Amino acid sequence: MATELDNIELRPARREFLKSAAALATTLIAPGIILYKTGHASNTPGKKPRWGLLIDTNALSESDVDACVSACQREHGWESDPDSRTDAQWIRKVKLTDPESGHQRFLPMMCMHCENPPCVDVCPTGASFKRDDGIVLVNKHTCIGCRYCMMACPYKARSFIHETLKDQLPVAPRGKGTVESCTLCVHRIDRDGSNAIPACAEAVNHGDRKAIWFGDLHDPQSEISQRLQALGAVKLRADMGLNPGVRYQGL
Amino acid sequence: MKMQSSMRYAEIKTSTPNYWGILAALAVIALTGFAAAHHMDTEGHHVTGMTNQVVWGLPHVFAIFLIVAASGALNLASIASVFGKQDYKPLARFSAVLSIALLVGGLAILLLDLGRPDRLIVAMTYYNFKSIFAWNIILYTGFIVIVLAYLWLMMERRMHRWSKPAGLLAFAWRLILTTGTGSIFGFLVAREAYDSALLAPLFIVMSFAFGLAIFIMLLMLSFRLDQRELDHSHLQRLRKLLGLFTAAVLYFVIVFHLTKLYGTQNHDFERFILLDGGIYTLMFWIFQIGLGNLLPLAMLYAPGLQRSNSALVIASLLVIVGAFAQLYIIIVGGQAYPLNIFPGYIVESSFFDGVINEYTPSLWEFLLGFGGVTGALLVALLGIRILPIMPESLPAEVQ
Repeated sequence: MATELDNIELRPARREFLKSAAALATTLIAPGIILYKTGHASNTPGKKPRWGLLIDTNALSESDVDACVSACQREHGWESDPDSRTDAQWIRKVKLTDPESGHQRFLPMMCMHCENPPCVDVCPTGASFKRDDGIVLVNKHTCIGCRYCMMACPYKARSFIHETLKDQLPVAPRGKGTVESCTLCVHRIDRDGSNAIPACAEAVNHGDRKAIWFGDLHDPQSEISQRLQALGAVKLRADMGLNPGVRYQGL
Repeated sequence: MKMQSSMRYAEIKTSTPNYWGILAALAVIALTGFAAAHHMDTEGHHVTGMTNQVVWGLPHVFAIFLIVAASGALNLASIASVFGKQDYKPLARFSAVLSIALLVGGLAILLLDLGRPDRLIVAMTYYNFKSIFAWNIILYTGFIVIVLAYLWLMMERRMHRWSKPAGLLAFAWRLILTTGTGSIFGFLVAREAYDSALLAPLFIVMSFAFGLAIFIMLLMLSFRLDQRELDHSHLQRLRKLLGLFTAAVLYFVIVFHLTKLYGTQNHDFERFILLDGGIYTLMFWIFQIGLGNLLPLAMLYAPGLQRSNSALVIASLLVIVGAFAQLYIIIVGGQAYPLNIFPGYIVESSFFDGVINEYTPSLWEFLLGFGGVTGALLVALLGIRILPIMPESLPAEVQ
């Protein structure tokens, strides 16, 4: 009985001690900097998650792809005039036609969140970076607007902001003179972890009918991994060895 | 070689209206370039010709021309210091001054064309060492420091013996620097127009030719303005050198395209540049090869033109015209050709996939680029007025 009481009394004290020890360590490592953990823990213990998308082009109609684009625009507050060559496009509708059979299909294209991203390699200031969980982003505070990442990206995933922007959304800060691209809805992922659904996927997944899967590519038990294992998928420009985190079925 | 030991250098002293007129015009154009850059910065790049498809345009053509020419302009100093050719020694100081001036002009354009030129301090303090761009920031600033030191060692009699090792360092540095500039494109594996180790040596021979062409014209101009004696024999040496370098550029261009032509996968790209690329094909055959390589070669080697100063000036000008065409094709043409993301499919999208990308340079970009060139010329011409850079005379050699 006494021991149990002791324990009860000790526990909060011990917790306090651990907290302050952690705080002390943080101050010692980097004074003034608070370390946030990036992404949520994976289901597989000991292995960091790598977030990815699986896009089933067989399940996507042209209007579905349009819905992906609109959903992304609403989510992040970007617009694109169809005739403009300077407006940003975080996600775009691509129409593929087989020249022999005439067969057509539509697919959404966005940042592929490569494991070995060329944009990160070439960025002089390190503004282009890859998070531990595989999401490739641009740090808007250190991007100098040199556009070398746009030269290097094999997927044309990035846009340069050509003019002053108004009415930006808090989840997607943007700035004239810098480069931007799909964030994989990182704000949703940081909030919901593996339960997150990026806006483009949300727009085309209705109940049992799914066309875009989001999940942890490192977790063999995740739905996306299971599906990749069972049905396979294509990595665009696989010859370049970039290992994109976005995969396509039906190409 | 007695001449060199008694070689005297002096500041340019002329004060004719012509001289001041040239300087004033250069300054006005350079300031207009600044104003254009300021306009682009406040309005955003939508006022330029650049798009999300062609992200590097005319300013980059001007900037890379100047940066490539800068390293080449140092050649004459290297030939004297590193390879011990005493005939070139009187030109070594101006060679160093011109190389710094051209580099400063090129870097100014690059900086002012950034989306956020105000973040220069970020570029100088945050380095991603895997980026060839970050290496170049170090290579360019290092070049200026090394060449300034080299210039001082050449000019200070007591330190003269150190000028040879400094010249060797500067020579090695400039080769690495131009390799770095060529590799900005050579390392871009995703684009068919680039992705070639050959771009580094191609840029080096381009630098030899472009830098020398500018050097020849400024040398003749400043000697004429100050009414100094410039004997034919000195120009004759530079004439032969320019011919050799121009031929070397042509050789590398031929090898580059032959290599691409051999592989079927690059046939579409080669057809775009060589056959049906519209403005790019026209520029390639007429301006780069015809006016930029073949015609100057003919003028530089034609027996009847060996004593003609105007033929040398025109040939140098043509080399520069060819240089701009060549860099325009490399930089803009390389981006105009679409990325091949879905081989074997006809691709269409809202983001201009699968089509030849348009680019129409704007006045602002031209003003910025031209302002950088005139700024560089201004720095060079002021340099030779402030410091004893130019030989008092270059008379006929007494062997």
